[in-house]
Amino acid sequence: MKTELIQDAALVSRYINGDENALSVLIGRHKQKIYSFIYSKVYDKDVTEDIFQDTFIKVIRTLKLGKYNEEGKFLPWVMRIAHNLVIDYFRKNNRMPKFDNAGEFSIFSVLSDSSLNAEKSLIKDQVESDVRRIIEELPEDQKQVLKMRIYQDMSFKEISERTGVSINTALGRMRYALINMRKVIEQNNIVLTN
Amino acid sequence: MAKIYSQQTSKKINLQPKDETISFLLNYSKALSVINYNKLKFEALLN
Repeated sequence: MKTELIQDAALVSRYINGDENALSVLIGRHKQKIYSFIYSKVYDKDVTEDIFQDTFIKVIRTLKLGKYNEEGKFLPWVMRIAHNLVIDYFRKNNRMPKFDNAGEFSIFSVLSDSSLNAEKSLIKDQVESDVRRIIEELPEDQKQVLKMRIYQDMSFKEISERTGVSINTALGRMRYALINMRKVIEQNNIVLTN
Repeated sequence: MAKIYSQQTSKKINLQPKDETISFLLNYSKALSVINYNKLKFEALLN
């Protein structure tokens, strides 16, 4: 690997000093890697050919103008030029996959921020405090069952054991609690949606 | 499994630039000359 790098550097300096054959050797040595690299990005043989050609035109001009200063790193340098030209090609052809939200599919419908924003979190607080106020309006037995079920996540069996009533009574109280809450919400036109 | 083995493998694409491209580049390189004038550099294509 090291010898190859040295050889590349030597060939580059020979080319800069006027040995045209050195360029032929350099191209021959690296053409497949560079060509494959370009092809792996654009998947089009004609475009690959063009970009390959432009890459070496840039290489030749830079070397002849004496602007090359990366001795020993010839291939990575050429690859970088090829990479930049591939980017230019996509930019020019506007073929870079873009999510501009103009089509039917919106990426933001899949990628969303699950945390609430400031407005939504204010609304959530408001809704929760309204619900708490409505619960406080309920008759004591219904309120007790509802709180145990919703806030303490108890099963109706546990609720019946705790309150000393049958499961059916607990279920009935829960049902009436919900009916009464709905009534209060409708009567007072309370909006409980986020 | 036999079916998979009998499937033709995809054709290997020859990832090489055309000979014309290489020869164009070598000719371009030969034709390009840089002329230094004072501190300025001029490119000239001599065909």
